[in-house]
Amino acid sequence: MASGIRLAALTSLLAFGGTAALAAAEEGEKAGMPQLDFGTYPNQIFWLVVTLLVLYFLLSRIALPRIASILSERQGAIARDLEQAEELRRKAVAAEEAYKQALADARAEANQIIAEAKAEIQKEIDAANAKAEAEIAARTAESEKRIAEIRSGMMQAVEDVARDTAVEIIDAILPGIADPKLVADTVAAKVKE
Amino acid sequence: MATEGGPNIHPMEQFVVKPLFGGHELNWYTPTNVTLWMGIAVLVAVTLLIIGTRRRAIVPTRSQLLAEGLYGFVYKMIEDINGKAGLKYFPYIFTLFTFILISNTLGLVPYSFTTTSQAAVTVVLALAVFLTVTIIGLVKNGVGFLKVFWISSAPLALRPILAIIEIISYFVRPVSHSIRLMGNMMAGHAVIKVFAGFAGVLGLFSFFPIIAIMAVLGLELIVVFIQAYVFTILTVIYMNDALHPGGH
Repeated sequence: MASGIRLAALTSLLAFGGTAALAAAEEGEKAGMPQLDFGTYPNQIFWLVVTLLVLYFLLSRIALPRIASILSERQGAIARDLEQAEELRRKAVAAEEAYKQALADARAEANQIIAEAKAEIQKEIDAANAKAEAEIAARTAESEKRIAEIRSGMMQAVEDVARDTAVEIIDAILPGIADPKLVADTVAAKVKE
Repeated sequence: MATEGGPNIHPMEQFVVKPLFGGHELNWYTPTNVTLWMGIAVLVAVTLLIIGTRRRAIVPTRSQLLAEGLYGFVYKMIEDINGKAGLKYFPYIFTLFTFILISNTLGLVPYSFTTTSQAAVTVVLALAVFLTVTIIGLVKNGVGFLKVFWISSAPLALRPILAIIEIISYFVRPVSHSIRLMGNMMAGHAVIKVFAGFAGVLGLFSFFPIIAIMAVLGLELIVVFIQAYVFTILTVIYMNDALHPGGH
């Protein structure tokens, strides 16, 4: 490449005469145009070629590779950072997942504990209810028994009073014919009706 | 032109090539103002592109950013027009672009010498491009390079006529390529000098030409970049002929 440039530059030096004439024709014969003072041309061309070669050397050997490496380095750094960001994002997502999982687990555990506690309490309540019902039933039965006793005692008393009263009444109306046994049966039958 | 603005104004005097250390003898090796300003251009290029990038910072400094911007600008230009094959000639084209851009810009410094306003310089640059393109085209494609002149997408009857036109335009390229750059650089600087001469003559009213100089200077700042860009992109387009001769 560099040799190509040098070749091109040298060839243009050689080919210069013709084009200079062309340029002169193009510009016309304007008096006082220093650009057309051909005496200065070899000097200018010499220094231009030197300048271009120096500049080409400095740029192609130092400046351009350096800028290229800076740009690719930056590209690499950006790619690396993006990758890292992606990695961190993935970690964050994973952490969130874990957090959600833990939350769900905790919630499930809590629900289980609540259910267990409820079941236990229910059992206790059931047991207490059963006990209370049994007691209530026993008391009810006892009360009913006593009521029955009271009732039967009361019926006996009514019968006794009725029999005695009937005997007294018969004695008062027809003394001496009262048959206590007959009266007792009749009264008992009547009371039972 | 030299007498336009009175006896004090010599707008073309700034383009005279003078020996740097006095004397009147001008040999091909004599250090001149051309040597001085080309040397300064190299120093600016070194400062910007080598010293400016010495830290190789991932987050660029200002000068490194500028260097990277120029690099990316030319790189992308070549990649877009020539494809990957053109990147082989990237250092060559980048050298041309850097030299022209810096020389053009340095020419705006007062009392400076604009090397790219010299026909000798621009013609050599354009001829170098012309010869490089022709040589690369012939070496790479052999006779196939002549397809550049044979436009296969045109109707067959028109092709010989087009070929003649293409051949003429091909050989006129270095002329237009060089005169465009030189003319732009020369005109702008001459205009600034003319206005500067007015400023010297008008005394109290010299602020008119000074404002005009500022305006022209602003315009020239755009022109120096555009001309460097135009020279470079034309080089890349010409290079495309050498790399892909059939691809009109």
